[in-house]
Amino acid sequence: MTAAPLTPSRAARVSELLSARHVAIFGIVIGLLGAWLTLPPILTRTPTLPILLGILAVAAGIWAVAREVRRLGWGAVAAGIFSIVFGLLALQSSTSHLQSVFTWGTLLAATLRYATPLTFGALGGMISERSGVVNIALEGMMLMGCFFGIWGSVTTGSWELGLLIAMAVGGLTAFVYGIFAIQFRADQIVEGTAVNFLAVGITGYLFIQIYGPNGTPDLSSAESIPDVHLHFLGDIPWIGNFLDEVLGQLNLMIWLVMILMVVLYYFVFRTSIGLRLRSVGEHPRAADTVGIDVYRTRYLAVTASGMLAAMGGAYLSIGFVHSFNQDMTEGRGFIALAALIFGKWRPFGAFAAACLFGFSSALADAVPAAYTNSTVTFLQSGALFQTLPYVLTLVAVAGVIGRSVAPAADGKPYVKQ
Amino acid sequence: MSEQATLPPAAPLEPDAGKRRFDPQGLIVSLITTIVAFLIAGLVVLATGHNPINTYRAIFNGTGLAWLIPGVGNRSNEAANLQQTLLDTTPLILCGLAVAFAFRCGMFNIGGQGQYFAGSYAAVIIGSSWASIPGPAHIFLCVACAALAGAVWGGIAGFLKATTGAHEVISTIMLNWIALWVGEYFFGLQGPFVSSGGFNPISNDIFGNVHLPVFWGSAVLQGLDIGFFIAIGALFVFWALLNRTTLGFEVRAVGYNPEAARYGGINVKRNYLLALAISGSFAGLAGATDVLGWEFHIATSDILVSNVGFLGIAVALLGRNSPIGVFFAALLFGALTVGTSSRQLDPSVFDPQLAGNLTLIIQGLVVLFVGADLLVLSVWKRIRRAR
Repeated sequence: MTAAPLTPSRAARVSELLSARHVAIFGIVIGLLGAWLTLPPILTRTPTLPILLGILAVAAGIWAVAREVRRLGWGAVAAGIFSIVFGLLALQSSTSHLQSVFTWGTLLAATLRYATPLTFGALGGMISERSGVVNIALEGMMLMGCFFGIWGSVTTGSWELGLLIAMAVGGLTAFVYGIFAIQFRADQIVEGTAVNFLAVGITGYLFIQIYGPNGTPDLSSAESIPDVHLHFLGDIPWIGNFLDEVLGQLNLMIWLVMILMVVLYYFVFRTSIGLRLRSVGEHPRAADTVGIDVYRTRYLAVTASGMLAAMGGAYLSIGFVHSFNQDMTEGRGFIALAALIFGKWRPFGAFAAACLFGFSSALADAVPAAYTNSTVTFLQSGALFQTLPYVLTLVAVAGVIGRSVAPAADGKPYVKQ
Repeated sequence: MSEQATLPPAAPLEPDAGKRRFDPQGLIVSLITTIVAFLIAGLVVLATGHNPINTYRAIFNGTGLAWLIPGVGNRSNEAANLQQTLLDTTPLILCGLAVAFAFRCGMFNIGGQGQYFAGSYAAVIIGSSWASIPGPAHIFLCVACAALAGAVWGGIAGFLKATTGAHEVISTIMLNWIALWVGEYFFGLQGPFVSSGGFNPISNDIFGNVHLPVFWGSAVLQGLDIGFFIAIGALFVFWALLNRTTLGFEVRAVGYNPEAARYGGINVKRNYLLALAISGSFAGLAGATDVLGWEFHIATSDILVSNVGFLGIAVALLGRNSPIGVFFAALLFGALTVGTSSRQLDPSVFDPQLAGNLTLIIQGLVVLFVGADLLVLSVWKRIRRAR
């Protein structure tokens, strides 16, 4: 038997599929273009163009869906609707308001700020899940990092020690979680939820006990993680201004997480220890047979993941917000988990997803200011915009299926023989 | 494959544990868990320089549970306190059932909080509109719509799981936050249903004839309303639905082993959707009983601190997903909530804000140890062998 050659009809179908793909991609592009036109620097002040482009995009999407290019087709439909909605919404605001909100440099800098705790969490989750332990408890470990970061920093008067204390407590929390998840083979989702509850309770209790009704004190500059100033970027011709706006003044932890991302990529995917880690997550029995200590590997991985999540937490409290309040992570641990899944359990993918979620948070913060004089009341209240990161996470988790495969032994306790 | 779950399926803790007439192991695990959780929380209290025995006594004194022992304490005071405890037990029973029902289908519903919000929003919006509807009909409409709203909110997660395989733990958590912010919009400044602005915006009040009748205690002093019977009725519905209907059989079959259920001709995806929708309707009912029973309006500040849906997780786990267990676990957490409230707890003994967090710690410890029943049972057996 030889492989059947491509028959003409099959070749025709392939080319038809390809063209439908192209139409769908074209639809997505013009949909996004329509939305972008309404924003600075172009600022079309008529809804006609975005609506026309939107309708075109929807049509292209439907055409593609009818030809079995489902995912991209629906993407084009969504982009078209996005363009229409954006066109109408932007007109509710004034040009000057839009210009003050949509300074792309500032918005991108804010995106990086919001993406950083998510990336720390996602990197932690990657280490843990690559070893076969699902880490729903990222949220709690991050929260522990928030509180103990600021507590350590205020008590010792140095942010470096605060960060170390946060990492130690995060690691300890993760180790306790590991005892239940690895040693006692308890359900990892239930135990993770328990750790999340405990973290809310413990940090809330200590917060009230130590700081009382006044909250955490103002941080001195030695107690907060410093920003890195790279204003020389502004001297670069043409794009200097923009680079300065985005990268000129970012927190040290933002740079740290980007370095960590590269290091962890190399460690997990390019070293023999990383290979062992992954083998424990894919096939623990086989790993055990060749002499890898499954439990020890998993304990180390889970503890490291807690330390990473706590670093993200410490960044939140002493690098970003400069205070602590109860349950301040607000689901970021779970969004980090979603970023990890969206990024296919890989560091760069997770970072890209974290940036997407971070962008939505930045947008949610900035956009209500554009509508302070609007006649449409629901735009004035910023509350609805706050749902944006959560809605986006929901869409991402729902849309990602079939393309993202977890490590084979993820979440399955291992019984030694 | 469409069934590539992004996380491993949440393993139910013995999905059929509640079916057995008596479950001695489960009872032992739950009792030991409770005792150990209170002991460890007591250590936390001790370590931070307070007296745990005095603290627990002060919390107990606020719960009104002493009313159940004849001839103890000031009877009318104790009765009033017990009414508060049962008022808080009501939504906890319903939220516990919301989590338990999903567990029996092999899913972990962390979205009780969001489904509770959806129900309470529906109840307050409908209860404050259309004054012309006669009272009983209006109450029925509110309750039905609250259950429906909860079902829709839970059903979204079920639909996503059935069609795309999105893991319910992440999707329900996201839906919780979305529900919270929608509430902040609805009842916040410039929202469509706000009655007064200012520092803490609140929603419109529901009409007087939509209040649930109080059957024990004074209606003015927040006595116990008939919402309590809605919760008790829900316990029976939960039992009958699972054990006496085809739907319940299918739900349990999926909970045991989705692959085997599919092989046996059961539509697994349909059951995921239905189970989460039914779960959500229980939590939605909880929102209705709170709003129609004693809150009468929703304050935006209350939305931010509400955690009854999360407590429902501990209730379901401690109650081992059985109706009787859920009832007693809800009573425990209802008593804890009331006993640690700023209204009941003497701040000179223990700061109520600290006590509220103590409840969270106890809740976390309970979930931690119930989840590890293997550990609890092995320790128990070792103790017995040593004797």
